[in-house]
Formats: sequence, C-alpha cells, structure tokens
Amino acid sequence: MFQLIFFSLLNGLVYGMLLFMLSSGLTLIFGMMGVLNFAHASFYMLGAYFAFTLGLHIGFWPALVIAPVLVGLLGALVERQGLRRVHGFGHIAELIFTFGVAILIEEVVQLVWGRPAKSYQVPVLLDFPLFRVMSSSFPAYKAFMLVVAVAIFAFIFVILTRTRAGLIIQASLTHPGMVAMLGHNVPRVFMVVFGIGSALAALAGVIAGPVLGTFPGMAQVLGSIVFVVVVIGGLGSLTGAFVASLLIGIVQTFAVAMDVSVGGALAAVGVHVNPGSALHDLWKVTIAQVAPILPYVLLVLMLIVRPTGLFGTRET
Amino acid sequence: MLAVADLHAFYGKSHILHGVTLMVGEGEIVSLLGRNGVGRSTTIKAIMGDVHAAGSVRFRDEEICGLPPYVIARKGLGYVPENRDIFPTLTVRQNLLLGVKNTRRPGRWTMDDMFEMFPALRQRADNPGGVLSGGEQQMLTICRTLMGDPHLMMIDEPTEGLAPMLVTQVADLLVRIAARGVSILIVEQKLTIALNISRRVYVMGHGRVVFEGTPDDLRRSDGVRKEWLEV
Repeated sequence: MFQLIFFSLLNGLVYGMLLFMLSSGLTLIFGMMGVLNFAHASFYMLGAYFAFTLGLHIGFWPALVIAPVLVGLLGALVERQGLRRVHGFGHIAELIFTFGVAILIEEVVQLVWGRPAKSYQVPVLLDFPLFRVMSSSFPAYKAFMLVVAVAIFAFIFVILTRTRAGLIIQASLTHPGMVAMLGHNVPRVFMVVFGIGSALAALAGVIAGPVLGTFPGMAQVLGSIVFVVVVIGGLGSLTGAFVASLLIGIVQTFAVAMDVSVGGALAAVGVHVNPGSALHDLWKVTIAQVAPILPYVLLVLMLIVRPTGLFGTRET
Repeated sequence: MLAVADLHAFYGKSHILHGVTLMVGEGEIVSLLGRNGVGRSTTIKAIMGDVHAAGSVRFRDEEICGLPPYVIARKGLGYVPENRDIFPTLTVRQNLLLGVKNTRRPGRWTMDDMFEMFPALRQRADNPGGVLSGGEQQMLTICRTLMGDPHLMMIDEPTEGLAPMLVTQVADLLVRIAARGVSILIVEQKLTIALNISRRVYVMGHGRVVFEGTPDDLRRSDGVRKEWLEV
C-alpha cells in the first residue's frame, strides 16, 4: 500500500508538473489576449518531433535546448504574422485561426514524420533506475523531468514577480489597454509571451516525448487535458494552473493505479449496491478504467459549482 | 502643444465625434465640459489613439493621429482614464513603477515626489492597488501617469465620486502639476472646479465644440450654460 501511494504520488507529481509547463503558457496567453489557443498542444508535439530529429544528428542534450528555441520562434511568428492580423476581426476569428493552426501542424507532422509513432528514446545517460522501494524502481529520467519542470516553474515565478518585464506582463493580464497608454509596447509583449509559452510547451514535448510517446495524436491526447487544467484552475490564473495541474496529475495517476471496481469503492464508503440492479455492469467497471474520463468529470463539476475555476476571476 | 482639428471618431458603425477642433497651450489647464454622452471622453480617447479616429491631431508639431497608443504615450502624452484602471493585484509602488516609460532616462518626477505630495501613498506603498479607497486610487493613477514624465496630461473626470475635501485636494494637485510646466486637459463634470482652475474651457454638444472661451466668458454666457450644461 505504501509503495502504491508513494509511487503514485511521485508519478502524479511528474505528470502534474509536465501539465503545468503547458497550462502556464496557455493560461497566460488567454489572460492577456483573451484567446484560447487551440494550437498550444501542437507546439508541444512539435517540440517532441524536433527533438527526435535533432537528436538523431546532434544528440539529446543540444536538442533539449535547440528544439524549444525553434518552436518558440515559430510561435512568435504565428502571433506576429497571423494572430495579430486576425485580432481585428474579434475572438471568434482568433479561435478559428488557432484551431486551423492546430490542424495544419498535425497534418504537417504526419506528412513529414509519418503516422506511426517514432522510437524517441530516453537518453542513455539517464536510462537507469534511480532508486528502489521494495519491488518497484523509479527511473532516473522521470526525476530529470521533475527537475526540469521545477526549474521552469522557478523561472516563470522569478520573471513574473521580480522583473520589470514581469510587472508589465502581470498588469497586461488585467488591463492591456492601460498598460499601452502608459507607453509600453503591448503588442510586442503579446508576441514575446506567445513565443515563450510556445517554447515552454515545446520543452514539455522534448522531455515527455520518450515517456508518453511521440506520435501525431499526442497533441490531442494532452491538449484536451491541458484545457481541463486551465478551466479548473481559472482561465488567466497562473496559481490556478499550478494547483489544477498537480491536482489532475495526481488524481489521474492514482486512479490508474487502482484496481478496485466502482461498486467496491462505494462499498468501502458504506454504500452497497444491489447486485441484481439494472446498472449492475456499471459498478463492475474498475476505477482504473474510468481514469481517463475523471478530469472531464471534474471539469463538468467545476463548471457547475464555480464557473470561474479555482482561482479565476472571470466566467469561462 | 496640442492642436486638434476636425476630429471624427467612430465606435463600430456609430459616428461619435463630428469634427472636434480644440487646442491646449504650454502649461495651460483646459477643461472639456458638457453633458454625459456628448463625446468628451471619446475626444481624449481618440487623441490617445484608443478609438478609431480621422482628422488631425498635432502634438508638439508632429501629426499623431492614427498612431498606436503606446507610441503616442512615448511622445509625452499622458492619459488618466475615468475608471482609473489601477492594476489591482500589484502594489502601489509597482503601479507607480509601471508609469515609468524608460528606466534609463529618469523623468522630472520621482517616486519620492509622489510620496511627498500624497503621504497616504507612502503608507500604502506595499499594499495592493485594489484595496485603496476611491480617492487614493485617483491620486495613484494621476501619479502613475506623472511618473512617465508627460508634457501633456489628459484626465477623465478626476473628481468623480470623491468626497468634497478630496475634490479640493485633486484640484490643488492639478494646479501644482501645471505650475511645473505640464499642460492639462481635463474632462470635468463639476463646473465650479473646472471654472476655478482652468485658463480656458470648451463646451461640447452632439459630438462638436459648441463654445470656446475663458471661464469668465462662460460665467457670463447664461444661454450656453442653459442649453449645453445645466440639467
């Protein structure tokens, strides 16, 4: 039991921090520009593919740096040449634009790298079990993912709270018009935040690619979870994104590890279901089987109970 | 300093300003008067580049109509909005810092100047802007714009919703700012304040300027006051 809880917590933490690397950028972009960027997870996918290809030629470590930089530049370009032009036509146009970019990236990835998953491997240097607890071991690579994610968290925190650029970003979250009228180049701030957000998503892709798989559907798989995270945390709230990322990460890893049926779980808390009832089959489903839909259940509950999300200030 | 000629402004398809013409000279306080909805706020937003506008806006001998707001602000035009737009999650000090446009080239006004004028802001320096009272927020937003070292400040309804004592305090502040060579264009509802501190006044009606003159001229023009100002 201890073993299960310990490893689920650790894995949940790794997964949650990974989600935060994506949701932080997404929520900042939404807070500033009011655009829910559907292409955000596509940049995550591009990060993984770029790193895979670069890795074949120059190795994993240089790719770890270069792939996010390339994707960040691409993100800035998308904002500058695409989103900014579409901006004048309102939020619906922007939404459709980012949706189009997401589809475009997915098609291009299939065209260039093909449909089957790529064998993007954990670098040899980190391919060993870090420690063992009883019969299970914890891979060093996951510890590395955790370290990178925590470093990124610290980076975002310091930039936002300790620098002048961070102050401008924070103020632009609530009053972009006023910030511009104080003489700050808000369009450029948007472009830089969009670029850095894309680069962070790409970095998440680089480090998650070997573990979660590098395939053309990876953007969709993680993308929908990231939207759930951002809505539960509260659109535009960085604190919310952090808390919700860890929450979803840990809930999902725990659920996957549980081999009890729903009926069994109910019995444990004192609710007994009649075995002959019409919904009998439903109670035999294990918690692990419903794990993938748990985030969406949380999403629906959150929207009913508190539409602004945990830390949000506006209605989603 | 500022010369606006035949300014037209639009919100979507509705035509709000129908050719506004006005000017503000060096170190002058000028008031823009009129009833609600005649386009006073729109006029200063249009000058600031925040509203789609056509016509001519010359500021320090340079055409600025059509430029983006941040470029206009950098040319030395300061804007204090009616809703104050304090950054609520940032501290008073951080709000003031964001008023500074260029940290490498300090302006005429320092944070200490602000704290001396308003000791209340010094006491609140590390509190979030969102918890200040209405009067303190008004002081903060004027000071924030001053930190950007403007040549001309445009202030929308500076005394709206303030207690009488604070109204006098704000009026004093505006006079002191103008005395240091900053021109001021205010949109004001309270006629007595506007007439007391302004060198010249404009009265607007239906998106146009319908009267122009000194405060004394306006005091004598019962007709103008009745038709365009009194409710």
